Amino acid sequence: MLELAIGIILGCCALGAGCAMIAGIGPGIGEGNAVAKACEAIGRQPESRGAVTTTMIMGCAIAETTGLYALIIAILLIFLAPNQLVNVLLRALGR
Amino acid sequence: MKKKLSFRTVDILLILLMVVPLAAGMLLKVLTEPASEGLTIAGARIFFTVPMPLQNMPITESQINTWLVMLSILGLCLFLTHGIASDKRTARQMIAEWAVEQCEKLVKQNMEHDVFAGYGPFVAAIMALSVCSSLLTLIGLYPPTSDLNIVGGWALLVFILIMKNKLKAGPVHYLKSLVDPIPVMAPMNIIGEFATPISMSFRHYGNVLSGSVISALVAWALGNLTSKLLGWLPGFLGEIPFLQIGLPAVLSLYFDLFSGCMQAFIFAMLTMLYVSGGYPAEELMNRLSKKAKPNPAQ
Repeated sequence: MLELAIGIILGCCALGAGCAMIAGIGPGIGEGNAVAKACEAIGRQPESRGAVTTTMIMGCAIAETTGLYALIIAILLIFLAPNQLVNVLLRALGR
Repeated sequence: MKKKLSFRTVDILLILLMVVPLAAGMLLKVLTEPASEGLTIAGARIFFTVPMPLQNMPITESQINTWLVMLSILGLCLFLTHGIASDKRTARQMIAEWAVEQCEKLVKQNMEHDVFAGYGPFVAAIMALSVCSSLLTLIGLYPPTSDLNIVGGWALLVFILIMKNKLKAGPVHYLKSLVDPIPVMAPMNIIGEFATPISMSFRHYGNVLSGSVISALVAWALGNLTSKLLGWLPGFLGEIPFLQIGLPAVLSLYFDLFSGCMQAFIFAMLTMLYVSGGYPAEELMNRLSKKAKPNPAQ
């Protein structure tokens, strides 16, 4: 039974990490939009290249944050959570 | 023109101050790194803990590396400004002047109000510390920026600056701005205030940490792949991880060089934008004009 419980914990941590990374879709679409519009703007007004690029990079960085939150959660779920949860389980069982 | 011996000596000492901290960090890592097999991804190692009244304070690798980087940057700055003079120009003086001018220009562009004229050194300090900390991975050290505590400390500093600038027009005006469009929005605004430093620190730390984790995973996978594919080679040839040579460096080019510099730039830009955005310039202008108005009427 204990092996089964630990297996469920490990498997669910991996599944959770995978599900968390679905959040990567959002920043991908958002940054793609931002870069596309920036390219259009530079095409229309090539002299404003510097300002547009800086603004675009700032926007991309802010859009990227949500994806990074998901990434941090996924990393924690893979590398940190299994140990902690198994410890909690073993402590609950009194071992 | 011959330079004096004392000038040369100080120069060499400053170069040593620049290089020795990094070498000391590498030596410390080589001496204290525990041998590990396979893939290990852990946070900063704790060297020792200092007992404190509230909570014991652990001295970790990231703190020590930050101090080493700070010493190194101090050495660089002293070296660049050593023997500076207004009448004769040397190459290092040109470099120092260029850096200062670029920084002042950036601050002037992004923080237009005159109040922020003195923010150049702060922004430059944050940017230099962040870039050099992230680039520590190039010499194999633990990058302090992949520790949330270090980046969180910087974000806390920025938060204090933002609050200081928002309170310039008095606490009443600040409280009014919290319930700005409608009073229902107050909780959202308060959360937004605290979300600023959290998102700033998470963005920087997440980028650097994810880069190092992905690099470690790829290097480990390539090592395994080599032992599977080329393990049949005779003798010691089978033990050399051929695929690990060079390939992870391509990833490092993006994650360490590009991402590290980019995140430092973004952190500095956001610092400037938030701090100058928090300054209630309009309200202060209104007050000034109100004060000035009664005079012509009298």
